[in-house]
Amino acid sequence: MFRIEKRPQPSRLWTYLTPLVAVVITMIVGGALFAALGKNPVEAIRTIFWDPLFGEFSFYYRPQLLVKAAPLILIAIGLSLGFRAGIWNIGAEGQYIIGALTGAGVGLAFYPLEAAYIFPLMVLAGALGGWAWGMIPAVLKTRFGTNEILVSLMLVYVAEQLLAKMALGLLRNPDGRGFPGSRNLQQYSSAHNAEIIAGTGVHWGVVAALIAVIFAYILFTRHVLGFHIRLTGQSPKAARFAGVNPARLALICLGLSGALAGLAGMFEVSGPAGQINIDFNVGYGFTAIIVAFLGRLHPVGILLAGLLLALTFIGGENAESNLGLPAAAIQMFQGMLLFFLLAVDVLTHYRLRWKSAEVA
Amino acid sequence: MTEPLLSISGLTKAYPGVVANDDVSFDIQTGEVHALLGENGAGKTTLVKMIYGLVKPDQGTMQMHGRPFAPNEPRAARRAGVGMVFQHFSLFDALSVAENVALGMENTPPMRQLSSRIRDVSATYGLPLDPGRTVGDLSAGERQRVEIIRCLLQDPKLLIMDEPTSVLTPQEVDILFETLRKLTSEGVAILYISHKLEEIRRLCDQATILRHGRKVATCVPSETSAREMAELMVGSSFANPKRTDHLPGDVVLELKNLSLPAPSAFGISLKNINLSLHAGEILGLAGVAGNGQDELLAALSGEIRTRPDAVSFQGTPIGHKGPTARRALGVLAAPEERLGHAAAPDMSLTENAALTAITRENLQSGGFLNWSATREFAQSIVLKFDVRTPGVEVTASALSGGNLQKFVIGREVLQRPVVFVVNQPTWGVDAAAAAAIRQALLDLAAKGAGVICISQDLDELLEISDRFAALNEGRMSGIRPAQGLSVEEIGLMMGGAHGMEVAHVSD
Repeated sequence: MFRIEKRPQPSRLWTYLTPLVAVVITMIVGGALFAALGKNPVEAIRTIFWDPLFGEFSFYYRPQLLVKAAPLILIAIGLSLGFRAGIWNIGAEGQYIIGALTGAGVGLAFYPLEAAYIFPLMVLAGALGGWAWGMIPAVLKTRFGTNEILVSLMLVYVAEQLLAKMALGLLRNPDGRGFPGSRNLQQYSSAHNAEIIAGTGVHWGVVAALIAVIFAYILFTRHVLGFHIRLTGQSPKAARFAGVNPARLALICLGLSGALAGLAGMFEVSGPAGQINIDFNVGYGFTAIIVAFLGRLHPVGILLAGLLLALTFIGGENAESNLGLPAAAIQMFQGMLLFFLLAVDVLTHYRLRWKSAEVA
Repeated sequence: MTEPLLSISGLTKAYPGVVANDDVSFDIQTGEVHALLGENGAGKTTLVKMIYGLVKPDQGTMQMHGRPFAPNEPRAARRAGVGMVFQHFSLFDALSVAENVALGMENTPPMRQLSSRIRDVSATYGLPLDPGRTVGDLSAGERQRVEIIRCLLQDPKLLIMDEPTSVLTPQEVDILFETLRKLTSEGVAILYISHKLEEIRRLCDQATILRHGRKVATCVPSETSAREMAELMVGSSFANPKRTDHLPGDVVLELKNLSLPAPSAFGISLKNINLSLHAGEILGLAGVAGNGQDELLAALSGEIRTRPDAVSFQGTPIGHKGPTARRALGVLAAPEERLGHAAAPDMSLTENAALTAITRENLQSGGFLNWSATREFAQSIVLKFDVRTPGVEVTASALSGGNLQKFVIGREVLQRPVVFVVNQPTWGVDAAAAAAIRQALLDLAAKGAGVICISQDLDELLEISDRFAALNEGRMSGIRPAQGLSVEEIGLMMGGAHGMEVAHVSD
């Protein structure tokens, strides 16, 4: 019989292995689900995981992968800063929206002027917008002791209202014959976040995501701030004793994660999305929470997890259209990934022992 | 000899990686106080848990009154007449004494009847307690009485007590011992776990000594010296701390009317504390746990900030400064709770060395940590303070309590403090390690640092301190020279027996 027993120390090997095991189990159970729906499981799994990367149309999907993964990674890196310290920013979606609004707003304010400084100003505005939106729960938390989970989450809905208001009002395209939505920034070259190398999907957001990964890696391994973040997450009392100011840390973490989410929103609106519209946000801010945890809150892990989740999005859409799998089945498949990750997680702290019949 | 009350033979219990009890056998006679001695991790707790039905032995048997006794749950043990008073109380603050007692009983009588039974028992055994009072308002000693009375109402034949005196003033200890003697005269046997060897010599008839899970010796405590018992526990001899005579220097730390509101609902507020600490002296602060020790340490380490002039260092007000600024000046501290306060459990020793040493040991430049220098510092702590560990990359939680304590104390001592504040430096630490830690504190003072040692161990305080004071409900008694103080005087400084008709020291 199997017995679960606590490890004296969390296993390092399993910390890295559990995400892979979770992916494999998800493939098996997901395959069984697809089989139960009357589809060929091998083909379904191949459509989701293989074809976008190496299939016939991979030339189209591979750039898409980067385009979808970049905002996820950028936001998740920001979230991981707070999550490591036990500060729970659940409202990245809202900060993402506000960053897009401020970024696009600055760009549109210059229209139709063409100048090299416009795009950098938009980047700055996007980061500032997200930062400001993230600072609301931070200030309320440090001033009045409110719960940042609730406040940041509720601010998502405020941001969505603001987005709708802007798409219908202030930022609406004057030449758009009354349709909602702003001008398309893709047609305004000074404000367009174009592909840096054509056909690869690499736009400035991808570059920013990579920089964020490297930045976070150095922060956590070398810098005092990263050490204090980890310390606070592990043991708030020890952190206080070490001299960490919890209020200051909350302001830094929520501010930084807001700024990164805002950047992601700005790169999205000026690039792949092109315009501010009512349905601009598609849930990157929430999915990034999964990415952060799937990546063990580790910068490199987040990079891989972001790519993996982007893959299931693209592959999932393909499976929907090519194999006729219902969208709900694909969502369930993605949900399984997090579920199994959390389940297999037990193995980092516990081990399974095969208990043989006891010799008396 | 008559038939023993409880006879234990060959009890063995193994946990992964460690054998907690290895073939332990001994007998407890009716009406005796039997001491169970051993260092932390020697297997005392596992052993009593097996007797109380909380843990099942892998091998071995127990007999009670000659009949097989194998409780599979505490309820079965209680039915057989075993009661246990735990070190940590399991009481609800918001409920009354009688309600708390009722919660632990199997067939609860009506409240009125229960209250009168509590009154009877508390009168019979000299344990004053009002059944109607709310537990949240009781002192630690009174809470312990609730636990004891809860056991006594079940008419136990064997009462297990785990470190019962760690939360009591000397006067309260006397009351407890009276009660225990009365119980034994009625034939109740008591299995008594304690680190305080002098108490055991006063109270116990027999002692069984465990080391690394094995029974290594038995002795009659009244005929054995505390030192002999300590050496049996440790398994080797060790040197007593030596103090050198030196004159105290200038005032290094001064508290002026330090008052603090209670930091949490069950915390203690500090009330008007005044003291001055000289270079080269050790000021011992006694007090029962929960009388403001943690709060005082936090106010000195900078975790809680105060009015600037409430705390001054060499004449400069520092009350408003945080821990990092105070460390830079040379005011270092080591809190009581090792895991989760003095050290982060899941971080390596290297990272834990950085926890307090970044500033004074120059472990960073431009905000970037110098991990190789930090590792060297951690290694030097391990080396100089004899921390037994496979390396500095293991997590703090993997170390035994004593070894981690040596690491925590060593980390601060090696940073050359000018003022060092330590709370419970040897709590739960074996005798040899405790002696080493006390020696380190004495050496620190000899080199000219001012040391404030907060402790509940009076023997320790009398051994190392030059001057002595006590904390009671957030107030500090007057400071007296430690030499020549009697235990009774100290007891009164600590507030006498809480809830008893004993004169309180006025301040």
